[in-house]
Amino acid sequence: MSKALTTTENETEAKPGFATLIKRQLQQSLAFASLVVIFVFFAFSNPAFATLSNINGILLSTAVIGLLAVGTTFVIITAGIDLSIGTGVTLTSVLTAYAMKNLGFPVWLGILVGVGTGALIGLINGLNITFLQLPPFIATLAMMLIAKGLALVISGTAPIYVSGIGNFEAVALGSIIPRWNTPNAVVILFVSAIIASFVLNRTILGRYTFSIGSNEEATAISGINVRKWKIIVYVVGGIFIGMAGVVLTSRLGSAQPALGQGYELEAIAAVIIGGTSLFGGRGSILGTVIGALILSVLINGLRIMSIQQEWQPVVVGLVIVFAVYTDSLRRRKGL
Amino acid sequence: MGQPALLEVSNISKGFPGVQALDDVQFELRAGEVHALVGENGAGKSTLMKILSGIYKRDAGLIKINGAEVNVTDPHHAQLTGISIIHQEMNLMPHLTVAQNILIGREPRIAKFFLSEAQLNKKAQLLLDELGLALNTKDLVENLTVAKQQMVEIVKALSYKSDIIIMDEPTSALTKAETETLFEIINNLKKSGKGIIYISHRMEELARISDRITVFRDGRYIDTLETNTTEIGKIISLMVGREVDHNARPELTKKDGNDIVLKVEGLSTRRLLQNVTFDLRKGEILGFAGLMGAGRTEVALAMIGLDKVQAGKIIIEGKEVKIKNPAQAVAAGIGYLSEDRKRFGLLLAQDVVFNTVLSSVKKFVNSFGIFNKLKARRQTESSIDSLQIKTPSSSQTVKNLSGGNQQKVVIAKWLTRECDILIFDEPTRGIDVGAKEEIYRLLNDLARQGKSIIMISSELPEVLRLSDRIVVMCEGRVTGVLNNEDANQENIMQLATKYRD
Repeated sequence: MSKALTTTENETEAKPGFATLIKRQLQQSLAFASLVVIFVFFAFSNPAFATLSNINGILLSTAVIGLLAVGTTFVIITAGIDLSIGTGVTLTSVLTAYAMKNLGFPVWLGILVGVGTGALIGLINGLNITFLQLPPFIATLAMMLIAKGLALVISGTAPIYVSGIGNFEAVALGSIIPRWNTPNAVVILFVSAIIASFVLNRTILGRYTFSIGSNEEATAISGINVRKWKIIVYVVGGIFIGMAGVVLTSRLGSAQPALGQGYELEAIAAVIIGGTSLFGGRGSILGTVIGALILSVLINGLRIMSIQQEWQPVVVGLVIVFAVYTDSLRRRKGL
Repeated sequence: MGQPALLEVSNISKGFPGVQALDDVQFELRAGEVHALVGENGAGKSTLMKILSGIYKRDAGLIKINGAEVNVTDPHHAQLTGISIIHQEMNLMPHLTVAQNILIGREPRIAKFFLSEAQLNKKAQLLLDELGLALNTKDLVENLTVAKQQMVEIVKALSYKSDIIIMDEPTSALTKAETETLFEIINNLKKSGKGIIYISHRMEELARISDRITVFRDGRYIDTLETNTTEIGKIISLMVGREVDHNARPELTKKDGNDIVLKVEGLSTRRLLQNVTFDLRKGEILGFAGLMGAGRTEVALAMIGLDKVQAGKIIIEGKEVKIKNPAQAVAAGIGYLSEDRKRFGLLLAQDVVFNTVLSSVKKFVNSFGIFNKLKARRQTESSIDSLQIKTPSSSQTVKNLSGGNQQKVVIAKWLTRECDILIFDEPTRGIDVGAKEEIYRLLNDLARQGKSIIMISSELPEVLRLSDRIVVMCEGRVTGVLNNEDANQENIMQLATKYRD
């Protein structure tokens, strides 16, 4: 999807050859190849793996982390970091459920509350980083704790069940593509990823996201209001927190006040595996989506092969080391 | 008086903690004029330019454009006011393309938010064609040579079509041919009535293209002179505040013996260096000259193990040494003094003692591994005496010392470690005029004491004044080694641009 977008960038000249395209997008190509290899490996290992229902299951389990990862790709490209996206999901989830269950809001308004809460979290992060000049790590660490506490306080530490409220369950679990039985959560992930990719590659927001990450001072000297664009970037990240929170609530039929912490690290891992640089200036949404898929394919595959669940984080850790090592190796060799 | 000047700056002052960078200075620029601004490092030229381009805020003073007072508040506002600047340091976004860099902030848009990449490239191409420059709009800036990056900066600054254009050392990375192109561009700008403020250390450039020259010294305005009625010697003496012969090489002392301390043979790195060969004698200062990006710093980095060496030998005192990291370099007796002292030379938040003994902590611990503070302080105090470091005490935080004295602390560190080969990378960068002289004296003293010194410097007068021999580099290669007697600015520049014109 975003591959199509990047090629059209070169429309004035002859199309770049396939080889140069592969080279330019090497980390993504590498990540994609790994995804295919892992997938094929599991498919041969266990016939239950490559079934439509299992694939839909994998995609569904990618939705929440995938949404977070897509949003936080923007933040990471500016050389920032957002640690509050995990518990941010908890808080938006609790508030969405609370609004519908305890306040009797209609479903659409509940969704709006969720997405709005996410955006607000992003806005506060952005303001703290630009106006109070807190380092992103610290500003969002503080937000992570605040969101976690607020979620516990508001929910009274107990889950809020929303199953049966209107058609809320259909937000994540319904299927507007009945033929493949693809859950809506997956559709939401892919549609928003396509939009995000478009924004990143074809709008001034995307351009300034890269520019700030590439050289923040030079961007400011070039007359660009860096503060404003940074705040917007964190708000974009926040909107994705909100969407992830709503999708999670709908999928579980409840808001779980203890669920969410740790998602930030999984999402950041997906972004890194997808080839986005933590030092800023480099990255793509396509890579991020592939990164998120690699993680959930691995987890699902290990489960299907009846490997003890506790091994999952070990494998994920190894994948991160491998992905980032190959990336830096490639860069050192100047490929 | 006729019509008001294009730009008139008066009574501008600007202070930073500990330094009065500008003290009541003035400057005037007419339409169709190239007005050079000169002064030693720390004279306040760049500070004034940063005030004009909205990066710094002035403490006091007045800026008038065409007679009307303006208040430049930020870079964007400066652009709107008609002032644009070619920065001395790189101010590009390495991950963006040439076109994206040139038109940053002014991208052709559809409905205000959507980029038109085709339009962007077309517009950038037009700008390049207008100036007759051959750059590919779609190349990533990080893949360009330093000279090409400098050209991108120039195109970017000119693309604002400002009436006032500030050029802060625009030729520092350019070859002769590229410099000629720039001069042609400047002449065209003059003809169309623009005003250009031109900052450069290269006197022969000023003589060629400037109409008037204003001299700053230590943050103060000294004088403004007509270029064609002024001797270069006069300008230089105004800059440094006394009569000097700008071709002087007074402090050279003939060293006896030809003991070769260090031999570098066929040094090559993946990125830049090709077959770099030279030797360094005991008690000599070996100057390294070349344009920005010629690979001088890279030689130093390869020698201390910070850049991976692909091929080549380093021979110290007749024995080949393998240097894979800075610790091995230090063990072999090589101390490197980076041009960026604050990042690579010092622990700014620590005191003088801490920094002085940093590389030789082993000397100050007893057999139980306990650090002997008293011994460290004594050693530091003796360094403070011998190097004449101006500090209230050895427990002063290094951050609070002046640039020159910080440089001396780095020297103290390597002397304490008993390094016999010292590599100075731009030893006087960011150091004021008075302290510069002192650093020169110190370098000569060190050489006299038998230390062998490699001095990388972009200031040719400095190289000519201090070096016994001069290695000239271009594009990662050594293009010549000159004895001081045979060297002059012209033949150095010729070697420095050998592969580029």
